[in-house]
Formats: sequence, structure tokens, C-alpha cells
Amino acid sequence: MATTATGAPAHAYGEEHPHVDDRPFIRKYIFSTDHKIIGIQFLLMSLLFLLLGGTLAMVMRWQLGFPGRPLPGGGVLPETMAQGGVILPEFYNAAVTMHGTFMVFFAIMPLLVGVFGNYLIPLKIGAPDMAFPRINMASFWTAVPAGFLMLAGFFVEGGSAAAGWTSYAPLSARSDLSGVHLGQIFWCLSLVVLGLSSIMGSFNYITTVINLRAPGMNWFRLPLSIWALFVTSCLVLLAIPVLSGAAIMLLFDQTLGTKFFEPAAGGQPLLWQHLFWFFGHPEVYILILPAMGFASDIIANGARKPVFGYTSMVLAIIAIGFLGWGVWGHHMFQSGMNPTLGTAFMISTLLISVPSAIKTFNWLGTIWQGNITFHVPMLNALAFVSMFVIGGLSGVFMATTPVDIYIHDTYFIVAHLHYVLFGGSLFAIFAAVTYWYPKMFGRLMNPTLGKIHFWLTLIFYNCTFFPMHQLGLHGHMRRIYDPTQYAFLKEVQPVNTFITISAFLLFATQMLFLVNFIMSWFNGQKAGNNPWNDNGLEWTLPSPPVHGNFPVTPTVYRGPYEYSSPHSDKDFLPQNVPLPGGYPAPHAQPAGD
Amino acid sequence: MAHTAAIHEDVMAPPRTRAAGAGVYSEKLGMWVFLGSEVMFFTGLIGSYVILRFAHPDSWKPPGHVLNIPVTAVNTFLLICSSVTMVKAFAAAQDGIQRALRLWLVATVLIGASFVGVQVYEYTHLIEKGFVPSEGLYGSTFYTMTGFHGFHVTMGVICMIYVTWRAFRGKYTKEDHRGVEVIGLYWHFVDLVWIILFTIVYLI
Repeated sequence: MATTATGAPAHAYGEEHPHVDDRPFIRKYIFSTDHKIIGIQFLLMSLLFLLLGGTLAMVMRWQLGFPGRPLPGGGVLPETMAQGGVILPEFYNAAVTMHGTFMVFFAIMPLLVGVFGNYLIPLKIGAPDMAFPRINMASFWTAVPAGFLMLAGFFVEGGSAAAGWTSYAPLSARSDLSGVHLGQIFWCLSLVVLGLSSIMGSFNYITTVINLRAPGMNWFRLPLSIWALFVTSCLVLLAIPVLSGAAIMLLFDQTLGTKFFEPAAGGQPLLWQHLFWFFGHPEVYILILPAMGFASDIIANGARKPVFGYTSMVLAIIAIGFLGWGVWGHHMFQSGMNPTLGTAFMISTLLISVPSAIKTFNWLGTIWQGNITFHVPMLNALAFVSMFVIGGLSGVFMATTPVDIYIHDTYFIVAHLHYVLFGGSLFAIFAAVTYWYPKMFGRLMNPTLGKIHFWLTLIFYNCTFFPMHQLGLHGHMRRIYDPTQYAFLKEVQPVNTFITISAFLLFATQMLFLVNFIMSWFNGQKAGNNPWNDNGLEWTLPSPPVHGNFPVTPTVYRGPYEYSSPHSDKDFLPQNVPLPGGYPAPHAQPAGD
Repeated sequence: MAHTAAIHEDVMAPPRTRAAGAGVYSEKLGMWVFLGSEVMFFTGLIGSYVILRFAHPDSWKPPGHVLNIPVTAVNTFLLICSSVTMVKAFAAAQDGIQRALRLWLVATVLIGASFVGVQVYEYTHLIEKGFVPSEGLYGSTFYTMTGFHGFHVTMGVICMIYVTWRAFRGKYTKEDHRGVEVIGLYWHFVDLVWIILFTIVYLI
């Protein structure tokens, strides 16, 4: 191996054969440095938070659908949250805030980046583990206390943070305005701690992808999921510290009496919005880019065809990664920001739809004339593409200032963000979990249950979120406690009730996924090495792979999407298999093509 | 199955046997990447400072009225000296001279710790004078920016003590002295940030 400039030997990783695994239980499953175990730990943690975030959404939907009626089972809540089961406005605000916070920071982000970044990167690039396995372990065990800190808000005086997941100052900075003191402090602390976890994770992923690729795995043979996770890690690395800085300023405003966001002393509430969205918009791409990567892998597999336009897919990911830094102002068209600046942000935002559209058309090109296998991951990945298109188009509405003036802060934005976060990210997560579950646990998830879950989710999801567009255009504000207090909203109250019923059915459907997840762990059909006939390096290993991954460092001969290749007698051609009879001369045309 | 899959040039390419990578070892690459994150953190703080100060210049006192520039100038000189000792330590490690490596590392730890000590002295003095974090935008930004820099120096000193301990156990050889180089990168970065902070917080 190459030696470095300082004469230090480069990593000998991968040269060693995996040893007999004699680690004690606690080092193997609790404080493990194995990226696969850490990935599964993140998976279990974030699924719990996903469930919690969903439950809070049900609380919110009940109040909106049936304002003033006692929440079923609400009697168990303390008097400070619900009186006689009727949700109090303070608790409603807390539920809105914590639903957003848990879903964004503790469910979707760790599901996409923490779980699959950890699980897939070393396996897919042919590495034995992350570049820094101990920092990787620290990353998970920093995320756990952050989650507890955030949860602790519910149990302190004044309740949890209630200023929205965006925590706009001065509402969030002054407890005399929001009525929440400790809860908001915990919110800030939790995000700073979680930020440390994310930064440890991201520089680890970046270093691993750059330095630990197997021989032959050059940049343009990387699976698109790895490309997406790599660019996402760069965004996490550079965006999260800005949020940490802002959260620290907010924390100091609350505890030390600093004046960053206090207008009376010259501080600027708008500064919080700029800092938050400077982080927040790259965050949006952190939450969608990995989903795009997984969908690309799975759609190529389901269509049994190479990804259409691989290079343009990569360039589109990179372009989104760059453009994502220059668009944060589109969240602030109505904040009192200079309108000329608004025009600039409108143009930069509309530019992002170009790489996004490139990706969408490439997905269509991939399935075009394919011999499609509709396995559960494929169904979810196709739902991802179609729902993402709806969310993307409503995004164009929001990005256009004249339209945004009308629909800003209404249910239209709620519909839009759920179409990209639930319809986009979460469908891709369902796809990815189902797809890589056999590698993680050695067993397949039940396909029948998976298909029922998929179809019911798709139906109830659209019933829940599509009517929100109508509500928004009708002027229904987001984050209001009781829509019936406004005369003009009374006539759309049946829509709210319909949405609530759909939302409860959607929530109930997710129990199918939970049951499937747990049952398959013990009773699922044995998967074998390669249940999906995929080309990736991880599928050459037993399920689950052993500690240290590859017995011999694999050599990579081609990209991961050689499905239906004429060079192979099967309809797939794994990345590490040399072609029999050597290599055809470049530009040789295979017969019949 | 009739397929229309395009055959990539890639399929034809012979395997490459060279090791992939950036040409630097992972610890060094990881530190550079991590410093990218640190740059964004301080950019957030410094950017906020610039915006707040441009909007309300009256909230700031003229340089030298509240903050003691001579003391901090000496402190700045100390920190720059510690970067020099760090460079000397790295050079000693490269040459494999153990005694010089340990000596220069100890010097770096001591100078770094005294920087933090002077900063603590400065803080207590300022608070006694009534200049506290809640003292308008001036106090808010001063304590947040210099405080987080001091926190970074403290973390650096702790890591440097670990590196020094390892150096005394002879862990760094002429061939492999990655730890010394990596902590050096961090140390120089923190030093560089201070030069910017000293200029914009104290001198302007």
C-alpha cells in the first residue's frame, strides 16, 4: 500500500482476515464499534422516535378535526396538558413543536444518514469498517442523550419547547412570551449535543468514502446511494455547525441574558431566521438526497436495467448540494426581508428544480421498457418518485414570491413539506429498510404484509395530505389551535375532519410495518446472500456480514448497475466478478445489441 | 429477455489495482474535514457579530475603553508562540528526536494553558468592572465569541496533554507520528481563529 508523505504506513484495513468474534456481549451489541451494529442501533432508536413523532401528530390532528372534544385516551395526560381529555392550547403548541423536532432531527435524519450511512457506506465501497470506528460509536452514544434531553422537556415545569420546530425568536428567546423556560433550554441543549453527533458521523463518512474504497472502486463506479450519502455528509458537516452556533446564541439569550435576538437592546430576531434557514435549507436536502440515492439503487434493481444517465445523476446530486446553500431566503419572503433579495432567492430556488427534474426524468428513463419486478422496495421507491414530483411542483408554487405572499404560512406549506418529507423521504425509507433488512437481519420482511402496508399507506397518505393544499388555498393558517374560531374556516371544517380520520388510519397502517419489522426478525424467510439479485458488494457477503465485513478485500471491475448485461448469463453482473475469458476490447459491440 | 441496456465503457475496463484514496492518511484527512465544520461554526458566530455591529454601531465602545488591549496582545503573542513550539514539536517528530519532541510538546501545553489562564483572569476582571454577558450586544458577542474560542483552546490543551503523554511513552516514531501532525493542524487552526477574533473584537 502507498505510504504517506510523513512516512507513516497507510491503513492496513482489509488486509487482515476477520478474526473469530469473541467480543463480549456489551462490546458486540451495546458499545460496539462495528458500523453494522451502530447502523442497527440508529435504526431502532429512530424508529422509536418516528413512532413518538407520529403519536404527537395524532394529538394535533385530533384537536384540528374535533376541536374541544376529549382526546380518546387523553385522560391519562396530566392536567397541564389536557383537561378532562381536552387538549390545552399550550400542549397543542408543544405537540406541533415536538412533532416537527422529533421527525426532522430524531427520525428522518438519523434514519437516512445515521442508519444507512453507517450500514451501507463501508459495505458498498468494500471497506472493513468506518475510518474511525470509535468516533462512530461515540456518534451514536451522543445522539442517545440528545434524544433524552429533548424528551425531558415534557416532564419539566412549563412543558416542552412550544415555539415551533423553527423556534423563531423572540418567542423562543423569552419565556415571558412563550410561557416555556426549561423546555426551550432543553431544546437548544439537545440540538447542540445532537449536532456534535452529526458532525462526528459526517466527517467519518466523508473520510471513509474518500480513503477506504476498495481497489477499482473509483468515483464513477460508486453506487448512487453512496454518492448521495457523501454529498449529504458534506452538507451535514457544513450546515449543522451553523445551527449549533445559533442554538448556542439562543441558549445564552435564555440563560445568560445576552441580547442576540432581543430587539429592545438592538438584537435582531431576523438574524435567527437567517441562521436557522442557512442551516435549514441544506437540511432539506440532507433529508431528501439520501432518499434519492436509495431510490436510484432500488429502481434500477426493480427495473433490471442500468440507471439511466448515471453521470448526470451524480452531477445532479452535486449540483443540488451546491445550489442548496443559496436558497434559504425563500423561507423568509414574508419576514420583512428586503424584497429585492427575495427575487434573488426566488431565482436561485427555481434553479434547483433543474437538477431535481433531471433526476426525475432519469428515474423514468430507468424504468422505461424495463422488465419490472414489483417487489415491496420497488413499490415504495416508485411511490417516492411520484410523491416527490407532487411535492416538488408545490415547491415551485412556494418559491415564486407572488404566489407565496398568498399561501405563506398556510396549510399549503404543510402539504408541501409532508409531500417531500413523508411522500419523499419516508417512502424511500420504507423502501430502503425493506431492501436492506435481509442484509441486516438475515431474513426477508414478509412481502404480503409489506404490500398491504404499502397500498394502504399510499392511499391514506394522499387522503391526509392532498386536501391540505385546498385548506391552504382557502387561507387556513398553519399551527392554529382551533380553526372553528374563524368564521371563514368553519365551512372547511369537514375537510379537517376528513384529514384527521385519514391521518388516524395512516397511523394505524404503520403498525403493520412495525409488526412486520418485529415478526420478520424472528420468523422471516431466510434471505441468503443476495435475495434481490443485486450487483452491490454487500450482496456478495453472508447475511448478516461478519465483523470486519470482507474476508478478502474485493476488487471492483465495474459500476453497480450492470443489470441484464449481455456479458453475463444471469440478468445481473456483480461489481466484483471478473468476466470469464478476460475483457473484451474497448468499444467492441456485443452481438445482438 | 430482450434488453436494450446500454453497455458501459466501464464494463470493459481492466481492474485497477492501485489503492483508492486522497493520498493522505485517514486521521489527517478526517481532521481537515472536521476543520471545515469548525470554519462554519466560527463563520456563523463572526457573521452574526458583523451583522449586529453594522446595524447598531452605537452598542460598541471604542477600542480599548472596556477591553484591555495590551494584556490581550501579550496573550495573542503567547498563542502564536505556542504555534511555533507546535511546529518545532512536529519537526522533532519528523526527525525522530524524542527528547526535543517531548520538550516542545510540554512547552505547547504550558503556553496553551497559560493562554486560557490569562483569558480567565481577563473575564473575572471584566465582570468585576460590570461588563457582563447581558451587557447589551457588546457583552453578548464578546463573551460568546471569545468564550467559544477559549473552549476550543481548552479542548486542544486536553488533547495535547494526551499526545504528550503518548510521546513520553515513545509512541511517536520517525516513521509514524500521525497524532502529532493531526493535533498540530487543530492547534494552528485555533490560533488562526484567534488572530481574526483579536482583530475584530479588540482592535476594531
